[in-house]
Amino acid sequence: MSANWDLAVIGAGPAGMSAAMAATRLGLKVGLLDEQPRPGGQIYRNPAQPTPEVLEALGEDYAHGMELIEKFRAADIDYRPGATVWDVMAGGEIAFLRDGRSAEVQARHVLLATGAIERPVPVPGWTLPGVMTVGAAQILLKTGGYVPDQPAVLVGGGPLLYLVAWQYLKAGAQIGAILETVPRSNLWSALPHASGMLSQGRLLAKGRRWLRDLRSARVRRIRGVTDVRIEGEGAAEAVTFQKGGRRQTIQTPLVLLHEGVIPNTHISLALGLEHGWNDIQQWWQPRLDDWGRADKPGFSVAGDGAGIWGAEAAEHLGLLAAHGAAMALGKDGLDQAGVAEARGALKSVAGARAFLDRLYRPARSQRVPAADDTIVCRCEEVTAGQVRQAARMGALGLTQAKAYTRCGMGPCQGRLCAPTVSALIAETRGLDDAEVPAYRPRPPFKPVTLGALAAPAFRAKAG
Amino acid sequence: MFRRLETASPVETVTVTVGGKPVTLPRGETAAAALVAAGEATGRTTPITGAPRGPYCMMGVCFDCLVMIDGAPNRQACMTEIRDGMRIERQVGARRIGG
Ligand SMILES: Cc1cc2nc3c(=O)[nH]c(=O)nc-3n(C[C@H](O)[C@@H](O)[C@H](O)COP(=O)(O)OP(=O)(O)OC[C@H]3O[C@@H](n4cnc5c(N)ncnc54)[C@H](O)[C@@H]3O)c2cc1C
Ligand code: FES
Repeated sequence: MSANWDLAVIGAGPAGMSAAMAATRLGLKVGLLDEQPRPGGQIYRNPAQPTPEVLEALGEDYAHGMELIEKFRAADIDYRPGATVWDVMAGGEIAFLRDGRSAEVQARHVLLATGAIERPVPVPGWTLPGVMTVGAAQILLKTGGYVPDQPAVLVGGGPLLYLVAWQYLKAGAQIGAILETVPRSNLWSALPHASGMLSQGRLLAKGRRWLRDLRSARVRRIRGVTDVRIEGEGAAEAVTFQKGGRRQTIQTPLVLLHEGVIPNTHISLALGLEHGWNDIQQWWQPRLDDWGRADKPGFSVAGDGAGIWGAEAAEHLGLLAAHGAAMALGKDGLDQAGVAEARGALKSVAGARAFLDRLYRPARSQRVPAADDTIVCRCEEVTAGQVRQAARMGALGLTQAKAYTRCGMGPCQGRLCAPTVSALIAETRGLDDAEVPAYRPRPPFKPVTLGALAAPAFRAKAG
Repeated sequence: MFRRLETASPVETVTVTVGGKPVTLPRGETAAAALVAAGEATGRTTPITGAPRGPYCMMGVCFDCLVMIDGAPNRQACMTEIRDGMRIERQVGARRIGG
């Protein structure tokens, strides 16, 4: 199973697929590892048996993804689906699980294209069955054509929330209400960047169409919602919230939460690549040069894992990262026209992003629970109060908070609680978010059983 | 909580059991989708307080979809593709993961 590649790409989303194809064109021997059974990443999550009814509901962006996937499949790439990367070493060795067994590859350069994850939304009751993320519900739609069978309530903000509401509308599913938690004052910080949004005609038209269609279908949108709680005995039964000084309740067995996405930095942080705090997107992102290369030689990052830029940008960033890797490996014959096109497109995406990120910057109350009894770490059932206590006792970051509370010690390794724990520590100690050090995950990134380990060299690490 | 959009196109199916109950769904779907198709919001109870949990992220991040598959605990339902005859059962209480 062991292979030697010039470039190993981790992640088969738009960034990884585009990078792998470009690197092949530049003459590199390319391999790609992805956890999912089929290529496409989160946006173009690719069902085994797409039906026309589902494709119709998803809209035209998805059709573009299907074309990209076809080209990717036709390219000369050692593509390994169903491969979960559990360790990446400084020398370019990568260990992954596939069909219940661990295997390894060796690469001269490694490109992380592991995309984004949804920001945690730690509101009271968010652990109840019947509460999921908007993205999770969209995965059910994309892969199996599932839509709510009773009016669901969508809570939060951001483009993905409106997209999914619109996709439900097209699929004929009912929406109970959209509860909008994004502070209305965001508009004032976003407005100075409106010209960047206006220059992105297609994106703007898309967003306007979603909102117009939701309006004409009379979907209930309640703005300026605060203090969201989900209630129920053993499963979600209702969502309650504060609006205009009054507490309101909507009965529903399905609550879908979304406060935007953040870069999936699990592997880049574990590798110790240098990261910087993005105060508008409210999470860390690796510091990269113009070609997607990190501070440690041999490593690059592209796509949403490098900062939230969206799917279109992910393809361009992938192309640039392929060139960066090729240059690092001493290749010439770069595709100058392709590079110039990618840079031009990225510039205009950046303008739109500046507007969108400010407009949908989540309310602090949706990120940092006010009530001490709200669960923050879902794995170990650690509450906000326990983390505040740990911070008062001296925890400076997730690593120390672990010692006091076990938060981050469960199987998710802090992927989901780290943003909340950091924000709670910052709040309690009176620091800026950026002053709380990022968490430092350790391999194995996903639980590995001893039985899965064929290569003895890895045994010590997984133990 | 969910229903599947009807389709006129032919779909290959697979039959699994969820808590002993047979459920038939398209090939290529996950064990988490099988829970959803079976109308089952809860896939496990937590080791510490015994609280019920179900799939939250559907993309392998949260580990709240852990279930027993064919008798083996701690399987991430949202990352496990279904096979004919697969037995999906609720996971109850404490279990060490990995190791
Ligand atoms: C749930 C969800 C739904 C989204 N839906 C949309 C949408 O409909 N429209 C839109 O415009 N944007 C959507 N986004 C935003 C989205 O992230 C896009 O901007 C785009 O998918 C980013 O592309 P990417 O190539 O950077 O990463 P992704 O498309 O996220 O691809 C990353 C890939 O890396 C793989 N991976 C991660 N970790 C590992 C590992 N350890 N081992 C192996 N493989 C790994 C993943 O399986 C995945 O296939 C969504 C985001 C999320 C989280
Ligand atoms: S639902 Fe989150 S890991 Fe499966």
